[in-house]
Amino acid sequence: MTPTRRKRLYLVLGILAGVAIAAVLALQAFRSNVMFFFDPTQVAEGEVQEGARFRLGGMVQEGSVQRVSGTLETRFVVTDFKHELNVTYSGVLPDLFKEGQGVVAHGRLNAGGIFVADEVLAKHDEKYMPPEVERSLKRGESRLEPAQGG
Amino acid sequence: MLPEVGHFALILALLLAAAQSLFGLVGPWRRDARLIRAVVPAVTGQFVMLALAFGCLVWSFVHNDFSVQLVASHSNSALPIYFRVAAVWGNHEGSMLFWVLVLAVWSLSVAAFSGNLPAAFSARVLGVLGIISTGSILFSLATSNPFARLQPGPPDGVDLNPVLQDLALTLHPPMLYVGYVGFSVAFAFACAAMLEGKLDQTWARWTRPWTTVAWMFLTVGIALGSWWAYYELGWGGWWAWDPVENSILMPWLLGTALIHSLAVTDKRGLFKSWTLLLAILSFSFCLLATFMVRSGVLVSVHSFAADPGRGIFILALLALTIGGALALYIWRAPLLRSQAGFDLSSRESFLLFNNILLVIATGVVFGGTLAPMIADGLGLGTISVGAPYFNPTFLLPMLPLLALVSLGMFAHWKRGGLGGSRRRILGSLALALAVGLAIMLGLYGDRSLLGPLGVVLGLWIIISALIDPVDRLRRGLSLPPAIAGMTLAHVGLGIITVGITTMETRMLERDVAMKPGDSVQLGDYTFRFDEVRDVEGPNYDAKQARVEVLRDGRAEVLLLPERRHYWVQRQSLAEAALGVSWRRDLLTTLGEELGEGAWSVRLQVRPLMRLVWLGSALMALGGLVAAMDRRYRRREREAEAASAAAVAQGQPQGQQA
Repeated sequence: MTPTRRKRLYLVLGILAGVAIAAVLALQAFRSNVMFFFDPTQVAEGEVQEGARFRLGGMVQEGSVQRVSGTLETRFVVTDFKHELNVTYSGVLPDLFKEGQGVVAHGRLNAGGIFVADEVLAKHDEKYMPPEVERSLKRGESRLEPAQGG
Repeated sequence: MLPEVGHFALILALLLAAAQSLFGLVGPWRRDARLIRAVVPAVTGQFVMLALAFGCLVWSFVHNDFSVQLVASHSNSALPIYFRVAAVWGNHEGSMLFWVLVLAVWSLSVAAFSGNLPAAFSARVLGVLGIISTGSILFSLATSNPFARLQPGPPDGVDLNPVLQDLALTLHPPMLYVGYVGFSVAFAFACAAMLEGKLDQTWARWTRPWTTVAWMFLTVGIALGSWWAYYELGWGGWWAWDPVENSILMPWLLGTALIHSLAVTDKRGLFKSWTLLLAILSFSFCLLATFMVRSGVLVSVHSFAADPGRGIFILALLALTIGGALALYIWRAPLLRSQAGFDLSSRESFLLFNNILLVIATGVVFGGTLAPMIADGLGLGTISVGAPYFNPTFLLPMLPLLALVSLGMFAHWKRGGLGGSRRRILGSLALALAVGLAIMLGLYGDRSLLGPLGVVLGLWIIISALIDPVDRLRRGLSLPPAIAGMTLAHVGLGIITVGITTMETRMLERDVAMKPGDSVQLGDYTFRFDEVRDVEGPNYDAKQARVEVLRDGRAEVLLLPERRHYWVQRQSLAEAALGVSWRRDLLTTLGEELGEGAWSVRLQVRPLMRLVWLGSALMALGGLVAAMDRRYRRREREAEAASAAAVAQGQPQGQQA
């Protein structure tokens, strides 16, 4: 091999090694950090791994939002019109959080089966329904029409 | 009447765009000078028609013509006139019309500034742009006609979404679109070169300023969007790794790679096929970004009620553009081999690593953005990928990249050996280490690894970027705009790195319930919640809190966060209050009433946040300055003479491959 070719070979091998390492690390980060989405029915059927952090999606049930007066704590019920799940959240709620609207919350189930959210997302366009929530509602073959068909 | 004129003008523009692509591609192929001469009039005519169509739409918005469906659903007579104009592109149909108008402006600029290009080549460039334009106008007419009427028209419109009623956001989409569409010029240059089967250093020199200007607009667009998310969405998030944000970041990363790869092709005649591939990919990702935003395939907080039919149309357009260009690439790129070699520690190598790392970064973002879609398609469940994935994997290629940026600036073209610059390398690194560690350990007491590392790398980039221009000025040499611009952009990158690292590692944040009279301590700052009162704006009423911030017992700044209630759309929105200085940003957001006179409040202290915006501005300014360099606008002959003269003088630039 000529010196130029050898140098080029090292360069190519180095690049390949770099890309391979990057890919492995990225996959690792992906595996440990990806979050699954579940609706209340899937939670009720025990599909959630114990202690796992996940995304819960559904509608905020009408009349379910309760505040502990004077504190940040809020309790509400997320429903897919088949099953319900109690949620508690301590923090500032997003602008479009409303009863009867779609919501996605990040968090875990506690020992008492209550979903402790550390992040609550509502979309900033009120005509818009998170697609995953919409699909989950369709799956549930709800008799009720979603408030705004998204 | 006027909306119909606009609609008609849009149809005429479609025909002219088709003519433009036909003349531009067939003319050079058949060597028909008459067809080639007809390209520019077609471009001009298309621009005039699109400007007329856009003007008609603006007129309808300004004059509150609610019989136009678009106006009725996105504007309101109570909306200030400035936002009525901005509402034209604050929606899907209007923004698509804006997109094609921007494309026409770019095409017209290519036609106007291509006096130094061979006529056949510039005809091909305009021909390729014509194809893109035809597809886009067809999309606008077929799936999203902005001039559709409502019969009968409602008495008033439903208003612009309140989160969009903001100065930065009215400028953000236009800037972004100008950037996206600008990459079509580099794409067209690449396709034209492949059609000719000839790509030399002159080609790279022609392409560079267009790419740099497009990149500059993209930079400004991203910065404005991030700034808007930072203060308008109210929660202090400036980058959330949201799919739509990622879709903007990917063409920017590839565009940055393209700028550097073009520099190598220009100076050394190397990386030819790689540069072509990057030019194709950058524009493809711009189209992909449009597809992601407009089709609703991705779950995103930015998705504004999208439509799948449109998605399929854009996807088809995307497949045709990318597929066609890649087929051309496979067919033609082997003709364009580069012959010259280079040393492992030459500037070419460093720019190659820059490109590889930027492409890896793009790949990481791409993987994370598309994974939810793929998992969903394969029935693996609905997943979401967020910051816990993106932060570490994005840093993985970015940290070595930042270190190599500094080192690369000491390297020479072609020949290796950094030995000659060893003193400067070690000196600049030592200075960066001393200052960086002094700040992070001394001032902030940061014991983490990432904080000091990022600050040191950022400072090292700033110092090494300044060495060469300072040296030139000291020796009484001129500072060409290309080098001044490069320096500005690199200094900007260093400043952003310092800003982001400090802000992300030293940020303080708390959600609290506060009653009038309550105080909360956050770092050195005391936030005192004084009172809440009612205020009224032009189209909303609001609760306004008075939050006095004290530092060491002295009043620092008074913040007035609001919770607004917009009348027409009946939406409640938080308007955050910012106290800005070079040291830190103080941010308060008013949540909601919690009972017993208490309110939920989010308090944040973000050190050095301003550096992020300053750095972005410097990067964009650098792009603008570099694109102004006269070197890119010289005729072929003059440029060759100049570079021959440079070689004769022993300057290491412009060597022929």
